[in-house]
Amino acid sequence: MSNAAFAALMAALVVVLWLAGRLVSNEYVFFAGYAVLQYILLATAWNLLGGYAGYVNFGSAAFFALGAYLSVALHKLVEAPLPVLILAGGLASGALGLVMGYLTLKLRGVFFSIATLALAIVFQAVITNWEFVGGASGAYVLRPAEGPWGGSYVEYLFYVMMVMAAAAVALARIIERSNIGYGLAAIRDDELAAETSGVPTLRLKVLATVLSGALMGMAGAPLPFYVAYLDPPSAFNLSYAVNTIAMPLVGGTRTWIGPVIGAVLLTAVQETAMVTISSASNLLLVGLLMVAFITLAPNGIVGLVADLRRRR
Amino acid sequence: MLAKNRVREDAQDMLDPLPLLNAVAAGVMLGGFYAAVALGIAIAFGLLDIPNLSHPAFVVAGAFTTWQLNSRLGLDPVAAGVVMVPLFFLLGLLIYRLYHVCFERRGEASLQGLAFFFGLLFITEVALVLAAGADYRSVTAPYIGTSLSFAGITLPERMLVPFVVSLAMIALLHQFLLRSFTGRAIQAVSQDQTALRLMGVGPTRIKSLAFGLATATAAIAGSLLIIVQPVEPSIGRDFIGRAFAAVVLGGMGSFYGMLLASIILGITESIISDMWNPSWAPAIAFGFLLPTLAFRSSGLLGRRL
Amino acid sequence: MSSLVLSDLSAGYGRVRVIEGLSMEAKGGETVALLGTNGNGKSTVMRCIMGLLTPSAGSIKAVIDGTAYELAGMSTEDIVSLGIVMVPEGRRLFPRLTVQENLTLGASRRLARKVLSRNMEFCFEAFPRLKERRSQLAGSMSGGEQQMLALGRALMTEPRILLVDEPSVGLAPLLVKRTIEKIKELKDERQLTVLMAEQNFHQALTIADRGYVIVHGQIVFAGNSAEELNNNELIQKFYMGL
Repeated sequence: MSNAAFAALMAALVVVLWLAGRLVSNEYVFFAGYAVLQYILLATAWNLLGGYAGYVNFGSAAFFALGAYLSVALHKLVEAPLPVLILAGGLASGALGLVMGYLTLKLRGVFFSIATLALAIVFQAVITNWEFVGGASGAYVLRPAEGPWGGSYVEYLFYVMMVMAAAAVALARIIERSNIGYGLAAIRDDELAAETSGVPTLRLKVLATVLSGALMGMAGAPLPFYVAYLDPPSAFNLSYAVNTIAMPLVGGTRTWIGPVIGAVLLTAVQETAMVTISSASNLLLVGLLMVAFITLAPNGIVGLVADLRRRR
Repeated sequence: MLAKNRVREDAQDMLDPLPLLNAVAAGVMLGGFYAAVALGIAIAFGLLDIPNLSHPAFVVAGAFTTWQLNSRLGLDPVAAGVVMVPLFFLLGLLIYRLYHVCFERRGEASLQGLAFFFGLLFITEVALVLAAGADYRSVTAPYIGTSLSFAGITLPERMLVPFVVSLAMIALLHQFLLRSFTGRAIQAVSQDQTALRLMGVGPTRIKSLAFGLATATAAIAGSLLIIVQPVEPSIGRDFIGRAFAAVVLGGMGSFYGMLLASIILGITESIISDMWNPSWAPAIAFGFLLPTLAFRSSGLLGRRL
Repeated sequence: MSSLVLSDLSAGYGRVRVIEGLSMEAKGGETVALLGTNGNGKSTVMRCIMGLLTPSAGSIKAVIDGTAYELAGMSTEDIVSLGIVMVPEGRRLFPRLTVQENLTLGASRRLARKVLSRNMEFCFEAFPRLKERRSQLAGSMSGGEQQMLALGRALMTEPRILLVDEPSVGLAPLLVKRTIEKIKELKDERQLTVLMAEQNFHQALTIADRGYVIVHGQIVFAGNSAEELNNNELIQKFYMGL
């Protein structure tokens, strides 16, 4: 399927789901749907750098929270509409990715990862000390009563997230099949060989970091309206960092479909666990699943399916 | 007459070095303790190139086992740490074997290996929450609460004891590396694995022993941690930055470089905490780490990255 | 005395076959030279013997002090513990350890540890330069000194069969001559069986009793004396451009 055809398919899917959404009146569907779509977006974004290029970003929380807190700040200042906040979040997080990238991508992979961890911790300290957005005690954000076409605001948020997630998935697919994707794959397989073959490794890595960061920032921008109350421990919650990494690893890191599968599967698993076992056990489950897949099925579910197909 | 005296007193206050000296002394002891935590990373990452992000979580686990032994059996915290050493050593052996079979052998030590250790970090933290709750825990011992002081400088014994134990542990392991066959083989395995095989020594066996030792230090570092401060499951994350910063800044293979870097880190944190804002403390370590990575990758006393 | 017999050996890396159906031997007390230019399989043969590479076919039999062993398939550690020791290509010292530490590590196998001090003394006598620099880091030494250290370290392992892989690489001509002479000295003193892979045909022949010429992974000529090798047309064509 060509890229144009796939993009058209995604667009059609979005329209169909919007129409279906108009018929639903149960708010919970939109709440739960938003969470799944948010993770599809985050997982896809992380995978651009982590799965395609092999550079593990432990600091997704920083990019995500930047988008969220920028929304809080801008909303307090000018009451901007959501699309503007999303754009701002994307630009800011993309810029953060650019700076981070130039500082750390020249280092070995493991040091890049430690640096991203650093970024998340430092950024959390900065936000905690910034009174304008509520500091340690958090900020309340008033969620408007209605969306622009009359439904609830949560329905609007769901729709916005759906559009972003679909666009991100289409983008991931386009990149994967382009020269950029091949370059990133070469970096993942053997960076030194790629470098000596003339692949512009630094430029590609920085590009992936900027795109990845921007998408995560865009994912974070609507968050304050979704949760209505935002404080550093929840914005920087470790579960965002872990899920963002676990979902592509469980689903499969080499193609665009892995993060989607991982996001849907792990969200379902966690919701079920929270209801049936306990609310803390879902995190343990995610961690165990992640480690199990890394050690036993390093190419994720996509890899397992491919293996099964090959054996037949 | 009175006003002039008051001015002179104020001037003397500004020049009074005592608060600064106290902060430095506290920083030195804190840094010495940080070195105990970083020691496991110095071995696993500095010598064996294994990016063991989960080590701080093991330290916290060690703190919790110390808490249990201390509160149930009345065991002295340091003794409790020593008692747990064999168990942690075995844990290290097992984890290394798993890491070796799944990642080192496949040559994919990067993405998957890092995610593996991050997963372990996370699992350990959550397991601790499920097992012991999210509350802060502390231990009791005769030296917690008392202090020594001389020349106006206060040295709380709950900082002094971990400082001394930490130094002893580092010195002991350093001597082991220098003087014993296994110790020298551990140094050698990081320099040329094939050459070591040609000497009839199995690199995997040596690396398991080394990783076991690294994890064993977590038992003791954990007991020191809970002496220094109350502990809850998630504080391990604060130490990732400190430990890696100490090892990188100190030079990857050098224990004493790591100790020096830890002390510098401790002093900086202590001064900034006292004179400005304590919530920045965990971020300071990274403030050291990033420039070091960018500009002087061989650290203070050690080899190039 | 100890000996080594390779029969029909084949080995390679992945799908690339480097050596095919190769047979050769080194009998007790001999110095056997394995001659050939780079990329023809000399190092592959050495690595097979030492267990660093598993052959795909064939056998490697070693007789050590009367007992026979099949080396193909054994781990490097077990092969070394029999007393088969290699001085690897490029020396492969431990650069951040001292001369003394490098030598001591050489004596890691149990048998070697028992005679560690005796061997250390022997090393220092054979290589007085090493004694002078015993506390110097191996990585900071010159090429010639490093070669001496590599030889010394191999001796510390108390070898019965000594493999030397390209001892002349990276050394100035005078040092090459000295190194090769030293190998003969050590062989005589310790009653070793030596197999030496070497590009430097001339130098190798000064101490070799017999030799094999290997081209594209196969033995093309087996010379039963240094003279035979010297007079062989093939070699003259290869090495002297005649």
